[in-house]
Amino acid sequence: MTKTIANSVPTKEGRYGKFGGQFVPETLMTALLELELAYDEAMADKVFSDELAYYLKEYVGRETPLYFAENLTKVLGGAKIYLKREDLNHTGAHKINNAIGQALLAKRMGKKKIVAETGAGQHGVATATACALLNLECVVFMGAEDIKRQQLNVFRMELLGTKVESVETGSKTLKDAVNAALRYWVTNVEDTHYILGSALGPHPFPKIVRDFQRVIGNETRAQILDKEGRLPDAVVACIGGGSNAIGMFHPFVDDDKVALYGVEAAGNGIETGEHAAAIAGGQLGVLHGAYMYLLQDEDGFIQEAHSISAGLDYPGKGPEHCYLHDIGRAKFDSITDSEALEGLQLLCRTEGILPALESSHAIAYTTKLAKTMRVDDIIVVCLSGRGDKDVHTVNAVLGGGVS
Amino acid sequence: MTTLQQAIEQVKIAGNKAFVPYIMAGDGGLSTIKPTILKLQKLGVTAIEVGIPFTDPVADGPTIEQAGERALAEGVTLRKVLETLAVFREEITVPLVVMTYFNPVLAYGLVSFAEACLAAGVKGLIVPDVPLEESAILREKLNPHGVDIVQLVSLTSPPERIARIATASQGFVYAVTVNGITGTRASFADDLAGHFARLRESSHIPVLVGFGISTPEQVVSMGELGDGVIVGSAIVTALHEGDFGKVEALVAASKNMREKSTL
Repeated sequence: MTKTIANSVPTKEGRYGKFGGQFVPETLMTALLELELAYDEAMADKVFSDELAYYLKEYVGRETPLYFAENLTKVLGGAKIYLKREDLNHTGAHKINNAIGQALLAKRMGKKKIVAETGAGQHGVATATACALLNLECVVFMGAEDIKRQQLNVFRMELLGTKVESVETGSKTLKDAVNAALRYWVTNVEDTHYILGSALGPHPFPKIVRDFQRVIGNETRAQILDKEGRLPDAVVACIGGGSNAIGMFHPFVDDDKVALYGVEAAGNGIETGEHAAAIAGGQLGVLHGAYMYLLQDEDGFIQEAHSISAGLDYPGKGPEHCYLHDIGRAKFDSITDSEALEGLQLLCRTEGILPALESSHAIAYTTKLAKTMRVDDIIVVCLSGRGDKDVHTVNAVLGGGVS
Repeated sequence: MTTLQQAIEQVKIAGNKAFVPYIMAGDGGLSTIKPTILKLQKLGVTAIEVGIPFTDPVADGPTIEQAGERALAEGVTLRKVLETLAVFREEITVPLVVMTYFNPVLAYGLVSFAEACLAAGVKGLIVPDVPLEESAILREKLNPHGVDIVQLVSLTSPPERIARIATASQGFVYAVTVNGITGTRASFADDLAGHFARLRESSHIPVLVGFGISTPEQVVSMGELGDGVIVGSAIVTALHEGDFGKVEALVAASKNMREKSTL
């Protein structure tokens, strides 16, 4: 096989350039090594890939449409904009792609129990759903602050038979939920699999999550070739940990004519220090098993991320994105809370689509980008989730009247 | 033989068991570090593990996490702890082993950190989120400054891996007695004896047993499995509550053990 950017990472040590690795307590090392073996075996087994394909089609509802957003395109007057409609997946976001994949893998490994973390609740709901479907016991850790913000998702998980554990330590948000889930996994490693929800964590998680999310980019590539007879000029995705973005980017990484744009959450603005843009405003460090860009202070203590979108509210960026940034293959930029809210409203009004606050960052960035491109250029945006879950938050900010 | 290993070997040669207490540095303020260390060494402990607080201590249970949060609230950092130790290093007679998560070390800078360890008289380093695979860089940077890199072995580590970890570890091998995080335990798994027999066979350096040891009885029973014990959460709780008698009782249990084994 010819060595390309896409297939050269991770190395067998789990490195993406200098990023990634396996910075975990020894108790987890054997589980990670076992997971890697089981995963490689599963991916080489047609029975497994057929089973996964079956559930993605019949249960998740794939493939998702690649929709030409004609109205949005006209309003902006620039490049043609296509939306990859991951919001139309069962449970309303791309998270289910990975949750189903890993739950099937856990079953194959003979694990009976699943632990997961969740921020906004989307990955928690997706995991709870996969566990209900596949008859796995499930516990989800969620920060006490996030539980307050996302009551409905907590109840949804409970309806699905999952136990939701409130995390009361640290900042009581996503990073603390990951800490708690890792601790639970360390303690119950023999019968439990950890379904990590983003392209983060120790090797092989960033690779597993990427591979299960790659269906987004694979479908997009075939669909755009079918519709336009050529590849897009730009691909845009929001990035918290980076799972929808890496799934969308990966099949295009070796096409150097396709520009890749990752959109971080700038919160109240990078200059305020209240943001979640680790690539724009962080330093290199280790958290949750990986070497990556990280929001931290000068003593190496991890800082809280800030974003109106709970799903982007994480202080690090997945190692493969850090690598794509370092080698200059992907460009990372950021969008503030208020810009994201504008993007959300614009898509509602022009296309009748309510995007998740996370995905609204990608929409907002696209509104800037499209205007700088020619009318015959093509942008594909990953619309990673639907915004029903965010109506309450958006209403609280905008008040009754949408401007 | 390194200073740290020598301290444990001396206890061993005398037919005794090592006792290593863990303290959360700066729980109660930076000014508590000196008196705590001097009191512990007066009790005759073998070495002292000096814990550094961290915002995201994934390997720790609630007791040490809360102690860490108290220390963080006091403004304690890795840098300040090492500076504090350097001031009274002439009075320190037992080897100090720093336990910190990796990110504060990276933020310090490996070279500056190694120099600060040397200045503080630190003899060993435990980084719970740096397993064998990622540990070479620590040995490369810290060994020239007289600091051993102690590796952990867990119940889940298979025999072949245990042998590799035991070979790479320096000073002693830190054997984790439970699948889990730090903290108190009522009981331990049944297959401990076999696990530790295999571990001691493959290790050319002492094996210390830790995680979940909280009572004088457990100090005795767990100490039998290796060359001594590390006691964390129970010491942290006792120091926080100002109950030094509890600390004395735990250390005394290791001494009773010595008497027993010399009979």
